[in-house]
Amino acid sequence: MFFQQIINGLTVGGVYALIALGYTMVYGILELINFAHGEIYMLGAYLGIIFLGIFTAMGLTQYSLFLSLLLTFIFSVTFCSAYGFTIEKLAYKPLRKAPRLSPLISAIGVSIFLQNYVMLTQGATDKVFPHIMETTKIEFFNATMTALQVFIIVTSLLLMSLLHLYVMKTKTGKAMRAVAQDKVMASLLGINIDRIISVTFIIGSGLAAVAGLMVAMYYGLVNYYIGYIAGIKAFAAAVLGGIGSIPGAILGGFVLGIIESMGAGYLSSEYKDAYAFVILIIILLIKPRGLLGKSAKDS
Amino acid sequence: MIKALLFILWISFLSLPFMGIKGALFLLFGISFAYGIFLAVKKSSIIFKEVKMPGISYEPRILYIVIFIILLALPFGLKDYYLDVVILAGIYIILALGLSVVIGFCGLLNLGFAAFYAIGAYACALFMTKAGLGFWGALPLSILITMISGFILAFPALRLHGDYLAIVTLGFGEIVHLTLNNWDSLTHGPNGISGITVPFIFGFALGSLSHYYYIVLIFVLAAIFIVRRIYYSRTGRAWLAIREDETAAEAMGINTTKYKFLAFAFGAFWAGLAGALFASKMRFVSPESFTFMESVFVACMVILGGLGSIPGVIFGSLLLVVLPEALREFQLYRMLALGTGLVLMMVFRPQGLIKPKTTINHRGH
Repeated sequence: MFFQQIINGLTVGGVYALIALGYTMVYGILELINFAHGEIYMLGAYLGIIFLGIFTAMGLTQYSLFLSLLLTFIFSVTFCSAYGFTIEKLAYKPLRKAPRLSPLISAIGVSIFLQNYVMLTQGATDKVFPHIMETTKIEFFNATMTALQVFIIVTSLLLMSLLHLYVMKTKTGKAMRAVAQDKVMASLLGINIDRIISVTFIIGSGLAAVAGLMVAMYYGLVNYYIGYIAGIKAFAAAVLGGIGSIPGAILGGFVLGIIESMGAGYLSSEYKDAYAFVILIIILLIKPRGLLGKSAKDS
Repeated sequence: MIKALLFILWISFLSLPFMGIKGALFLLFGISFAYGIFLAVKKSSIIFKEVKMPGISYEPRILYIVIFIILLALPFGLKDYYLDVVILAGIYIILALGLSVVIGFCGLLNLGFAAFYAIGAYACALFMTKAGLGFWGALPLSILITMISGFILAFPALRLHGDYLAIVTLGFGEIVHLTLNNWDSLTHGPNGISGITVPFIFGFALGSLSHYYYIVLIFVLAAIFIVRRIYYSRTGRAWLAIREDETAAEAMGINTTKYKFLAFAFGAFWAGLAGALFASKMRFVSPESFTFMESVFVACMVILGGLGSIPGVIFGSLLLVVLPEALREFQLYRMLALGTGLVLMMVFRPQGLIKPKTTINHRGH
């Protein structure tokens, strides 16, 4: 039971962490709660179903499942990144100098728009993700772990490491950190702020798309409103870890996932969504800037 | 021109997976066509000629009296359906005024305001159905309970700033929503509480729509009056000071903790009132009415109208209640339009519809 819950928690936590990364990166640079981020995750799940459907119709899935899945991932991620890029240009960029709450409302507007856009074009009923991964099970310590769970945990860890390397080692990553620290100074030193912000949105949206796809595969069902609850939980995860901090978002995501599945397993699954927030409030009371957040003096 | 066409092409391309080839082509030609018309109109500049407003000079007091008379006469001239919308708008004005105290005056972003609204509504419903109180007995009690919950949320809120505060209030809203949904023995879960009776005055039942209209109207006017008075009082100025710069406010001798507590409790007061009115108006409450979207909706009213501006809040609430109702014929597309509208609104007028007068300017010396 205990290990089973840990495994489930890690699976969900990996997904939360991937979404939380998008929140935290955007927040680190723009100080904006990107409420539309959850919808990007939802778009990712839908795009996965759509593209996989197209490839299956073309006969590619029957020919090679791996290739078909790979292409589905690539296409969904590309499209979601394009959506993220466009949203930033249309809805946030004109508001850089506006009062702080305006971009937030704009983000809420985008979120409402995207939900209804998907509902109108794809229908309000649940969409089914075809069951394609064979359910190989690994058993240990009285717990079972499906191949899909392994896939989700490994993929999310892999992407997180890649992101970490990108932010720490590449020139663009360095520029991102510089912009997060001081926008004016960074632009004085010749960094193209607009480009860095676009890159941030593209990467964040891509990660959310992967998360959406994996959730669609994991649960098998997708709806146009899944973005909202996943979005606020991922945001909670980002705040839990200390918003603006990339390791914080990863830690926050996993902690939140494990708390949630523990609570659902041992207490009551009806209040599953509430545990995350109760723990969040308690942690913020003890450490008001999150687990790995900067102390008040730094900012 | 070429840039615009490329943009249209890009948007159509993005919609390709969702709308299919036919849909994307439709979008491409549709938007291009609309853009062409827009260009043509712009060239002939029919719309863009400045329309001069006829210079009517009026006394503001006369205007107020005219508005007041129209408000009084409203139930006689409106169909029940429209009156219903107006009553709802009135309840939202009270709610938005309460949130405007927290966000607009004191600068504390509260994303869980629907929780207070819910507590007010459920408290009123429970007092009336389980304790057998009348509306006028249940009203102050439910407001009191909502204010106490405001105090409870203020404890963690006082330690946090900015977005951390936003997420804690959001969490509070979710917790309250989930509790209402799952505490079956008290709240009947998703089924909600029904059988709430109408208010009585001296044994006279106020059951019809126009009665409710007048009750809500009285409370709305009272809310506007009281919130306005407090805005221009010492307390209001202290809130504004905290919003502008907390450290400076503290240095000037303002007890920031006390005033933040006050803002939360005062905001909760109006939410409790609005909740109780909502419960007795609908005669039914269920968790569905108090979701996160509801909090967001009220926050939109406050910010859309112009942060910290009382006429702005009133206007924002009216707009956001009446507009979706007016667009009801386009049922499916109205939320799409609402989303687009919010973005456009913020892009073209980020400070909100009505800019608040600053206290200093207004008070003179």
